[in-house]
Amino acid sequence: MSTCMTQALNAPQLAACPACAAAPLAEHLAALPQNAKIMLSLPQIHCAACISDVERALLNVEGVTEARVNLTLRRAAIEAAPQITAQDLTQLLQQAGFEAHELDADMLSTTQADTQSRDLLMRLGVAFFAMMNVMLLSVAIWSGADGVTRDMMHWISAAIAIPAVIFCGRPFYVSAFWALRAGRLNMDVPITLALVLALGTSLFETMQSGQHAYFDAAIALCFFLLGGRYLDHRTRAGARSAAQELAALDVPRACRLRDGIEERVLAAELCLGDLVRVKAGGRIPVDGVVREGRSEVDRALMTGETLPAFVQENSSVSAGEVNLTGSLVIETHAAGRDTALHKIAELVAAAEAGRGNYTSLADQAAKLYAPGVHILAGVSAVGWWLATQDARIAFNIAAAVLIITCPCALGLAVPAVTTAASGRLFRKGMLVKNGTALERLSEVDTVVFDKTGTLTLGALQALDLQTLPDGAKRVALGLAQASSHPLAQAVSKGLQGLGVRPSAVTDLSEKPGFGVEGDWRGKTVRLGRAAWVGAQGGDVTATYLKIGDAEPLAINFTDTIRLGAAQTIAALKAQGMRVVLMSGDTEGSVSRLANALGIEDVQAQVLPAEKAARIAALAQAGGKVLMVGDGLNDTAALSAAHVSISPASAVDAARSASDIVLMGADLSVMLDALGTAGQARRRIRENFAIATIYNVIAVPFAVMGLATPLVAALAMSSSSITVSLNALRLR
Amino acid sequence: MGILGLLIPISLGLGMIGLLAFFWALKRGQFEDPDGDAYRILRKDYDERPKP
Repeated sequence: MSTCMTQALNAPQLAACPACAAAPLAEHLAALPQNAKIMLSLPQIHCAACISDVERALLNVEGVTEARVNLTLRRAAIEAAPQITAQDLTQLLQQAGFEAHELDADMLSTTQADTQSRDLLMRLGVAFFAMMNVMLLSVAIWSGADGVTRDMMHWISAAIAIPAVIFCGRPFYVSAFWALRAGRLNMDVPITLALVLALGTSLFETMQSGQHAYFDAAIALCFFLLGGRYLDHRTRAGARSAAQELAALDVPRACRLRDGIEERVLAAELCLGDLVRVKAGGRIPVDGVVREGRSEVDRALMTGETLPAFVQENSSVSAGEVNLTGSLVIETHAAGRDTALHKIAELVAAAEAGRGNYTSLADQAAKLYAPGVHILAGVSAVGWWLATQDARIAFNIAAAVLIITCPCALGLAVPAVTTAASGRLFRKGMLVKNGTALERLSEVDTVVFDKTGTLTLGALQALDLQTLPDGAKRVALGLAQASSHPLAQAVSKGLQGLGVRPSAVTDLSEKPGFGVEGDWRGKTVRLGRAAWVGAQGGDVTATYLKIGDAEPLAINFTDTIRLGAAQTIAALKAQGMRVVLMSGDTEGSVSRLANALGIEDVQAQVLPAEKAARIAALAQAGGKVLMVGDGLNDTAALSAAHVSISPASAVDAARSASDIVLMGADLSVMLDALGTAGQARRRIRENFAIATIYNVIAVPFAVMGLATPLVAALAMSSSSITVSLNALRLR
Repeated sequence: MGILGLLIPISLGLGMIGLLAFFWALKRGQFEDPDGDAYRILRKDYDERPKP
């Protein structure tokens, strides 16, 4: 099993951990099917033994009729009796040692993507079959068959190639039709024209017992272009399904109180006025007002603030915030689409409309190329007609020019490179969601970072603990161990790290929203909020320790810096990029982090709408901005930026707004993405150059009427293969 | 030359068999999980008797 172990270390961590479960944007989850398939995400499976173990464990459960693991997608599809819940199965697999999460089967909607890719693959198969047969028949013609034999070969080729081209080329015809209807020219217009003209003139030539027919070229063209299309589709479908999977990981449920009875319902089913209980550690599913209980809420994802806010009866809370200490009962004022979360969605839509339309390299090439070949073919046809007064020759020449110049290599140039580059980045733990993201990434000259959750992990670390008096340290640890509040946990972790032993604090009680209180040698001791212990709070995240009547002692906190953050920023600056830190948090904590990481350009207390506006301003000034962020407050900025990256721990709105998702915790893989993007752009340009050189060499032959079908077949295949091989150098 | 009348249909027929096999494989979902299938063939679970 040693190979299994090493693979475990190398295996890309596809799905996020349960702690990364994102905010409940639950509106699309109408209802879970009652006894349909259960889908589980299994991010850690990687070998034959895993497949067997998981399937055996699942099939051993009474009521499970079918279980099949898909290793490519790292998923399991299970058919089971209605009484079996996904939760039972995830627990079972957890016990067997496999991390498992429930996936929302509705949201995955894999069927559509699957049928599309199956459809392309089928057309590719038909094109391959037809191409091989026609090529074999053509060998006879190339090697000098003439007379009746040649005509027979042509007729058989026609019988195979014409239906095959009509069937296989459908994606091109459809796309060309829509482009022409919209009054545009895309790559598919010259492709369609070349196919139609090639088949038409070849059929006519065959009827006239002519010498040259281009059936082999037409079907080979179809095959290579479909190959490019299929590669493109697979890369995008893979990334899209993984991104969907991240979103589907979060099946938001809420605990509704009705006549004093608690029931678990989908967050989408909550209505106005429903009472919802949110336990300590839970995420608030609705906008509303607290009716019972006291606690502190963490608003970091919504605003970027690291300091938890105190809430009690009649305080308002909004969806997406995390309840930290006490249990709360919340009266729903807005649920689903009406929550504050959705106001952010409006901002995103506005920002997307403002982002200038990016013209991809392929589109740029098509813009130059499509009119160019049509003019060239037209001019040579007219020229030959004037010279010979023979329409048959003129059409033959036009068809030859269109086939020779047909963008086989151009059609493969971009998808082959993006497939190779995305594959390489996927192995390093990055998900490229957008086809043009890598091109855009290579143009970046300004990088804007969010603070909380992006440059930092959002996990707090206590500062200067060793400067506390010894007695105070021991009391603080005694108190802190009694609480699950993140600040208390950070204190207890820090003190245990210093080797402190807790003193015996008795009568411990947690006051939700305030802190922990206890009795130590007859004195009341408290650890908690500034106001509660009678201290003056600053703008730094802090908790206070009060022993008896003594002056309260402050314990300050700082956010843990994300792995690789410092290295990333240093490298970006060394590459001459402008690095900006833009956060919604307070001045003090933002500038401290900026100093630690060496960022000079700092903007604190920025509102979500302002973030997007500032990014737009940077773009107006000519900057190509890369935005890296994770919070809901970053979502609009992520869509406004030229290109955007978010970590897997980000809320799902942020992940869906960004072009690239980092699956691991390390930020420095971002540098790999930048490097690979630069290389990919170079390869795409090289591929365009190769395709152009082939055309420059071959087109004069075609225009002069020297292009035989053999020359066309050679030029086409060799340029396509060269381009694909050049792209593979990226892997 | 007469042999061509025999050989061409035979070669086309063989190609057609390959194409039909490909369709069948596609329909049976054999291209859904290429990574998993590479491993499945190596495991011993159903060596003794076929999957129920």
